[in-house]
Amino acid sequence: MKHARLMQYCSEYWEEALSENKIKITINGIETLCDRDDTILKVAKKIGVKIPHLCNDKRLEPYGGCRLCIVEVKGVPRPLPACTTPATENMEIITDNDSIRKLRANLIELLLSNHPNDCMRCERTGDCKLQNLSYEYGVDGSRFEGEKWDLPIREDNPFISYEPNKCILCGRCTRICNEVVMAGTIELTGRGFNSMPDTAFKKPRTLENCEFCGQCVSTCPTGALTDRKGRGKGRSYDLKKIKTTCSYCGTGCNFYLNVRDGKVVKVTSDTDAPVNQGNLCIKGRYGYDFIHSEDRIKTPLIKIGDKFVEAAWDEALDLIAEKFSSLMKKHGNESVGAFSSSRCTNEENFLLSKFVRTVFRSNNVDNCARV
Amino acid sequence: MPAKKTAKKADIKDLVIRVCVGTGGLAAGSQEVMDEFGSQLKSHGIKAEIVKKCVNKTGCRGFCAKDVLADVILNDKSETYQLLTPEMVSRIVEEHIVNGSPVKEWLVGPEYHAFHDKQTKILLKQCGHIDPEDIDAYIKIGGYEGARKIFSLEPSEVIEEIRASGLRGRGGAGFLTGLKWELCSKAEGSPKYIICNADEGDPGAFMDRSVIEGNPHSVIEGMVIGGYAIGANYGYVYIRAEYPLAIQRLKIAISDARKKGFLGENIFKTKFDFDIKIKEGAGAFICGEETALIASIEGKRGMPRAKPPFPAHKGLWGKPTVINNVETLSTLPTIITQGAKWFSSIGTEKSKGTKVFAITGKIKNTGLIEVPMGMSLREIVYDIGGGCEKNCALKAVQTGGPSGGCIPASHIDMPVDYESLMAIGSMMGSGGMVVMDDTTCMVDMAKFFLSFTQNESCGKCTPCRIGTKRMLEILTRITNGKGREGDIELLLELGNSIKLTSLCGLGMSAPNPVLSTIRFFRDEYEAHIRDGICPAAVCKALRIYTVSVELCKMCGKCFKACPSAAIAWEKKQPAKIDKGKCIKCGACYEACPFNAIL
Repeated sequence: MKHARLMQYCSEYWEEALSENKIKITINGIETLCDRDDTILKVAKKIGVKIPHLCNDKRLEPYGGCRLCIVEVKGVPRPLPACTTPATENMEIITDNDSIRKLRANLIELLLSNHPNDCMRCERTGDCKLQNLSYEYGVDGSRFEGEKWDLPIREDNPFISYEPNKCILCGRCTRICNEVVMAGTIELTGRGFNSMPDTAFKKPRTLENCEFCGQCVSTCPTGALTDRKGRGKGRSYDLKKIKTTCSYCGTGCNFYLNVRDGKVVKVTSDTDAPVNQGNLCIKGRYGYDFIHSEDRIKTPLIKIGDKFVEAAWDEALDLIAEKFSSLMKKHGNESVGAFSSSRCTNEENFLLSKFVRTVFRSNNVDNCARV
Repeated sequence: MPAKKTAKKADIKDLVIRVCVGTGGLAAGSQEVMDEFGSQLKSHGIKAEIVKKCVNKTGCRGFCAKDVLADVILNDKSETYQLLTPEMVSRIVEEHIVNGSPVKEWLVGPEYHAFHDKQTKILLKQCGHIDPEDIDAYIKIGGYEGARKIFSLEPSEVIEEIRASGLRGRGGAGFLTGLKWELCSKAEGSPKYIICNADEGDPGAFMDRSVIEGNPHSVIEGMVIGGYAIGANYGYVYIRAEYPLAIQRLKIAISDARKKGFLGENIFKTKFDFDIKIKEGAGAFICGEETALIASIEGKRGMPRAKPPFPAHKGLWGKPTVINNVETLSTLPTIITQGAKWFSSIGTEKSKGTKVFAITGKIKNTGLIEVPMGMSLREIVYDIGGGCEKNCALKAVQTGGPSGGCIPASHIDMPVDYESLMAIGSMMGSGGMVVMDDTTCMVDMAKFFLSFTQNESCGKCTPCRIGTKRMLEILTRITNGKGREGDIELLLELGNSIKLTSLCGLGMSAPNPVLSTIRFFRDEYEAHIRDGICPAAVCKALRIYTVSVELCKMCGKCFKACPSAAIAWEKKQPAKIDKGKCIKCGACYEACPFNAIL
């Protein structure tokens, strides 16, 4: 009886689901429903099936370059990439078996055969997708010894270090630059074994050709692109990651401040952030020098004569209250106003507006709303 | 024989001289030959405008080995001259045109007729006959009749006709053209596009170039038919910039077709608009792959993308697009005029019609041929191609260009069609056919093709970018005499994995030359690795040069040629090579006039 009711429930569930233009697919024996245009990778992720990949980033269009996400689909004679293949009705997918593992291992070996494999001194050790895959599949590149790239590290700008030798040509940097930032700073250049991401005519990155948003760094799965300012200051596992909201403008991007010994050493993306999905601009990613700057103003300053003199908060606030009160008494409420900064949070801006309207009883309130 | 003066007047009316001025002809000096014909006729007192009328340029007729070729048609009697130079023209004009007796020793021989007689020419029929820069010449032979005819049909009827003909794409994959059109015509989205893929890149293949150079209007007509069938008002021709003559002729043809109302608005006085734009490729082999080609037209880096979605659903600018090869498109007018039934009567059950092949390599009659699908390889190589050069033994035939595979001589009787070629591990490809004899080293040959694909890989996917590089390194090591036990197995493992995991057709087929040569010539690989011998004596590093004492005439030429002082020689003494000092450069081998260096 119980079983029959369950069956009925299931069939009703499927009918309802199917009527909403959902389709049924099976991944590793798990039946699930998905939208018609969902890729296999997306559906697998949703139901908790892990498929390895290097060139996929949810901020980017599916690419199908690294080939690691290949899966077997029943009735198809060759493996298909999960990241670009859309699910179709009644598709039956196997994501892991001996032959797939062997093909993936081969691909990892090929990548490692043109990689310095200097994990011991690499910035990304512990946070490197290629390293993890090499560990998981138990392979190195030694079977396919041959020519390796031997190119110098490129540090032609203050923010981004580029070690071409560590590049695996996943194209994430070039795609984020062109699809998301639309800056067109870098693109794949050259052909065959010598193709690599680079600027036009291999020119150094300057403000003429690059926004220095560091988006390319944020998506690089290996140590090819790293934040220059944070190099040598600690690897991922040494750093405490503190999630915060950017204080530069009103957009409210989230990111992680990476802190070691009480000092911010770099900023990393939070790809789950609701506002920015991990995307940042130059200020959010690289404009954190002020935090530990010697010149940073840490207390209020009161101008006495020609000079600013450090003061306590109470002292400063009392002075402001006194001055505002006397001005309002003398010239009326409309004679004062407030101008808030877009570097304040929405809540702070709201408070100021409320304060001016209710305490000052003035409508003179504005915000720069720009940086 | 009539008197000289009267003969000249009567004959000139019916005189036609056709000189082959395709790229091959031009390289052999056909423009000079044509000019010489003109000036010689003028010097015989014939008016300039008549000379202009009767001296015609045509496209390539296929037999490039004998260029410059020219037909002299006098009173409906055609004679063909071969290997012409401008110096020969005055005698031909004097003896043949003026006096009526052809210069027999310069006429084409039996191999010219053997080369042509076994062919079935549909596509190349008019190449070599009509002036490609004259739209009226094309119209005169029934050109644009196919395009005119389709407007009395519904687009779906046109698609059905092409479907019924069984025509398959001539670019390599062999997808049914009618089916491709149907998918695109049913796809949602507007506007739709039709693209002509003229980015012919296989080494040694030049059929698309020849068709465009010899009969550009057939391509335009094919595009009009395709455009009408799928509902596209715009067409692109994606053509390599390395084909300047083809581009020039296509431009002339497009502008002439516009003037006649065959392109532009309300073509053929119907309500249908259709126009064509030429997009010149920048010289990347990969741009022949349809999704890379689309990216290139869109102004992006030419890299393939994953399919699905197929271009028929999401192609150029994200709109439904059909991409057909030059050969496919220029076959269409004939199918429309002669009917699907006629076309499908040619060829085999699954491969219909004819296919153009570029036969090159160690074969007597190199050139461009068109044969019905299913013709045996033997007929192609021996009857049309005339067999191997110097009567050497045939070893293998490579079909499908760098992506194809080798067919060993033991399979010479196999039919040449899509299925049979796939079954043997090769492919039709664009129709390259390289003939190899026993002086070809199969390992070296595989290395050559693989180095081509490696250089032309776009770099997008891992197996093609690094995998082919590693295979190439292993092959190089083998040909350098440094092969190791297990190398063949490594090549097989890598090759199969590249085939399975690559993104596009280039990577999927790149290992074919290696895999098929291992399949049929594994012993050659083993000889290189285990015995340190190159059986075809091609791989220099594996050669050991010795002097045959019997053949040596003691001239000392090898001694003088040797750059590493490895040869000891004194007057009246046979030379001797010191193996320790020999750098295997082969200079002595080349220098010896008596073939005494072995």
